[in-house]
Amino acid sequence: MSTSTMPALELDGLRKSFGKTEIIRGVDLAIGRGERHAIIGPNGAGKSTLFNLITGRFPNSGGHIRLHGNDLAGRQPFEINRMGLSRSFQITNIFPKMTVFENVRCSLLWTKGYKYSFWHMVSRSRDLTQAAEAILEQINLTARRDLPAGVLSYAEQRALEIGITIAGGADVIMLDEPTAGMSHSETDYIVELIRKVTVGKTLIMVEHDMGVVFGLADRISVLVYGEIIATGKPEDVRSDAKVQEAYLGAALEADH
Amino acid sequence: MSDISQSAMKLPGITAANAAPWLIATLFLLVLPFIFSANSAITIMNQMAITIIFALAYNMLLGQGGMLSFGHAVYLGAGGFMCMHIMNYVEDYSLPLPLPLLPLFGGIFGLGLATIVGAFSTRSAGTVFAMISLGIGELLAACSIIIVAFFGGEEGIPGDRTYGLPFFGVEFLQQIEVYYLIIFWLVLSALLMFLFSRTPAGRMANAVRDNPERAEFLGYSARRVRYISFCASGFFAGIAGGLLAINLEILTGEDLGLLLSGEILLITFLGGVGFFFGPIIGAIVFTLLKTVLGLETELWQLYVGALFVATVMYFPGGFAGVLMMHAPSAKLGKLKLLVVPYIKTLVPAFFAVMGAAGFFEIMFHMRHAAVGEEEMTIFWTTFNSHSVLPTAVTIGVTVVGFWLAKRSAPDMAAAWHASITPNKPAGASAGERPADSQAQGGGS
Amino acid sequence: MDLILVNIIDGLVYGLLLFMLSAGLTLIFSMMGVLNFAHASFYMLGAYFAYQISQTMGFWPGLLIAPLVVGVMGALVERYGLRRVHQYGHVPELIFTFGLALLIEELVQFFWGTNQMAYETPEILQFAAFSIGANSVSAYKVFMIFASISIFLALLYVLTRTRVGMVIQAALSYPKTVEALGHNVPLVFMGVFGVGTALAGVAGVIAGPQLGTFPGMAILLGSIVFVTIVIGGLGSLWGALLASLLIGWLTTFAAASSFEFADILLALGMERPADMDDSILRDLWTLTLPQIGPILPYMLMVLILVVRPHGLMGKRGV
Repeated sequence: MSTSTMPALELDGLRKSFGKTEIIRGVDLAIGRGERHAIIGPNGAGKSTLFNLITGRFPNSGGHIRLHGNDLAGRQPFEINRMGLSRSFQITNIFPKMTVFENVRCSLLWTKGYKYSFWHMVSRSRDLTQAAEAILEQINLTARRDLPAGVLSYAEQRALEIGITIAGGADVIMLDEPTAGMSHSETDYIVELIRKVTVGKTLIMVEHDMGVVFGLADRISVLVYGEIIATGKPEDVRSDAKVQEAYLGAALEADH
Repeated sequence: MSDISQSAMKLPGITAANAAPWLIATLFLLVLPFIFSANSAITIMNQMAITIIFALAYNMLLGQGGMLSFGHAVYLGAGGFMCMHIMNYVEDYSLPLPLPLLPLFGGIFGLGLATIVGAFSTRSAGTVFAMISLGIGELLAACSIIIVAFFGGEEGIPGDRTYGLPFFGVEFLQQIEVYYLIIFWLVLSALLMFLFSRTPAGRMANAVRDNPERAEFLGYSARRVRYISFCASGFFAGIAGGLLAINLEILTGEDLGLLLSGEILLITFLGGVGFFFGPIIGAIVFTLLKTVLGLETELWQLYVGALFVATVMYFPGGFAGVLMMHAPSAKLGKLKLLVVPYIKTLVPAFFAVMGAAGFFEIMFHMRHAAVGEEEMTIFWTTFNSHSVLPTAVTIGVTVVGFWLAKRSAPDMAAAWHASITPNKPAGASAGERPADSQAQGGGS
Repeated sequence: MDLILVNIIDGLVYGLLLFMLSAGLTLIFSMMGVLNFAHASFYMLGAYFAYQISQTMGFWPGLLIAPLVVGVMGALVERYGLRRVHQYGHVPELIFTFGLALLIEELVQFFWGTNQMAYETPEILQFAAFSIGANSVSAYKVFMIFASISIFLALLYVLTRTRVGMVIQAALSYPKTVEALGHNVPLVFMGVFGVGTALAGVAGVIAGPQLGTFPGMAILLGSIVFVTIVIGGLGSLWGALLASLLIGWLTTFAAASSFEFADILLALGMERPADMDDSILRDLWTLTLPQIGPILPYMLMVLILVVRPHGLMGKRGV
């Protein structure tokens, strides 16, 4: 397989059990380079678990995960990150005591090659400062540069979270419910932001807001009870009978 | 104008503004022995300076790395004992090692021990790290009694710092010469530790402290980041140990024991773990309390213990945290607003504390003074500790002082809040700057 | 053979004593995530209170009252101290209990001075229960064993057979769920902290006459107790029992053995140096097992942490 046709991320018979309960029951999925892929599904379908498996937070019970053709088995989160995969979290996960600028700068350190250096002064590295400021500009937080991240508004913290996620220059970006808990205008703002900062990158996201999903994604996978029941272009998925049933069923159950 | 700010932007490293505190501090340390020239004062200052290095090293773990150690004296002791042996060895074989370089070997040995212990202890921060540090501390403290060849058993290991050739004519016979040697290492170590906190490894230590999981998803191994901080901290603790060996010329098991480990935790936390200069304040205040209060009363450790518990409960930022609470007021030029409310609360509070201390002293005297010895002197007053009046007075002062302080405490808090709130420009209305007010609303 | 039996009994006494402390400590830890550094200080308070009570009322009322007082003090510490510090996180909590340990030691010295107290075993138990060969075993030791075992059984009963016990058990495994189920978790915390410290108090009352009642008794036993629960696995009650007995026997047998490290050196074909001061192995030549007995638990802890970081029976990472 040549590099150009090799999928950015490939799941092959992926399984995960907690105790006796199998949460992910054999997921096969190939996400192409530069694709914007959304994973949707009813609550408890295993979307977050799937995310945590891919990013190395949990070990998988069976199957394979390949990033650019490399198997991720047994790798720690930081190793996976260094291979070019970066993620955001469902619950905002930033460094609340640091300033907004420092949050972004910290997320640049590894890929800028500073690693564990204790002989560089971060404030003297102009490339770091410039890159961090460019990211701040992209996520429209330049005005908040020197505030502690913990005092930002919720939408601003979510934007910062996206900034931290993309800062390292990873080419596969995974966003876990980036618009959860947001108002309409905030959602529109974040969607535009995501569209802007992921140009040319592979985007994988879990999202509940169907407007966001159908507006952003090139392809959609529907995860129900640990299995993918449909994958395809938004319009195909929308008209898929199984998907209709799963969502309608879930909606009916919720009504009871 | 814009050109100057441009070039300042390009080189944000050494500027007059951030070099000034260091230069002033160094200058101050240089002239200090001329102000306090008594030998006893210099002895205290030497002790203080060594404690500062140790406390700063400790804060690399606790404050910057979020690792709580109950056994950090081990690294100080390791460095110290090694230096003592080097000192004796160099004397026996007349080797040309100038004394001022000796602490470096202490640092190297502290670093060496830290690289071994850190390899398994930095797996996690939190409770497990604390327990391992305690276990290692106990283990080495016990070893110090058993392994006589290295630790000298009960008697310890003595040494002679005047062993070698004079260093540019200085033989280190005098305390004052040792003082200048110590402050050289103090300024150097403090500067290096400060700079460390500004490096990628130092910044990521903060990141891992606050949110290890996030740091892992930024490409950093949290364990590796902790390990680097741990080793660096061991290095500087070892330097403090080397200086201790030079200063005391004898080390015993106590110099790596759990008591010293506990003391450095207390010092660092009292001073404040959140700011670089916190441990410096802690070391100065603690050494003064120990010497001044220790002369006045047998109960000084009880008071320090109470102060420590109160600090953990009410001022987790320590002295430095309390000081920095006033930075915004100072910036706004509103410190003077605080003077009257502070006097109104703190003066009665002071009397309440003194009254309580007096009460404790009287009780202690009653219980533990030799039979028949009923006279006691506190606060320049001599009286019979078994009579009712003095006890009644101390209780009265405590209760009244506490009541007055409590009554005016809300005013003090209100004054503080007022002092950190910027004045609204005249005529400004809430609608004028919607973006700002919205952001502030979201942050609260 | 007789000596081995005596050592088994002595080790059992010490191990069960350790268990009374480590059980409370590990219970508090699993519930609240707090490692109570001052736990052994409550053990010390138990001994001192019991001594004070025994001065006027004798031993037996002290066995009942002192742990109660200690337990109430523990509950108050949780309510007015720990709960306040809780908001700052686990590390400040640990620092708080460390400060508390310092303060309690100072207070004990303030009230009772630095000397050892004349806290004696009750007269009714001052006889030899039985003898093994030439060694007699005192009735008090037998009483200690029975007291510890009955407390352990009572604890086991409460934990496994009562409603409160169920809540605690559930909280051990699923702390968040229990809270979500609407149990008054702060009250449970206060109760568990109180009971845990009261257990430490009982241990103090019982051990005071045997091991001595003096201001250093908390530190002396305290760090061993921490080692015990780290070896057993933080949060595991059975692990605590296993590790307590292991350490009890390990230290007792080491203290009673006559093994010298010189034997190893001789077996390796080395010759005993004429002048010990010249040998760099001086310490090894003179070292005996009883000498290193006290540090064996720490060595065991380091070994366990390197090989099995969660301890013997611990499941949860911390």
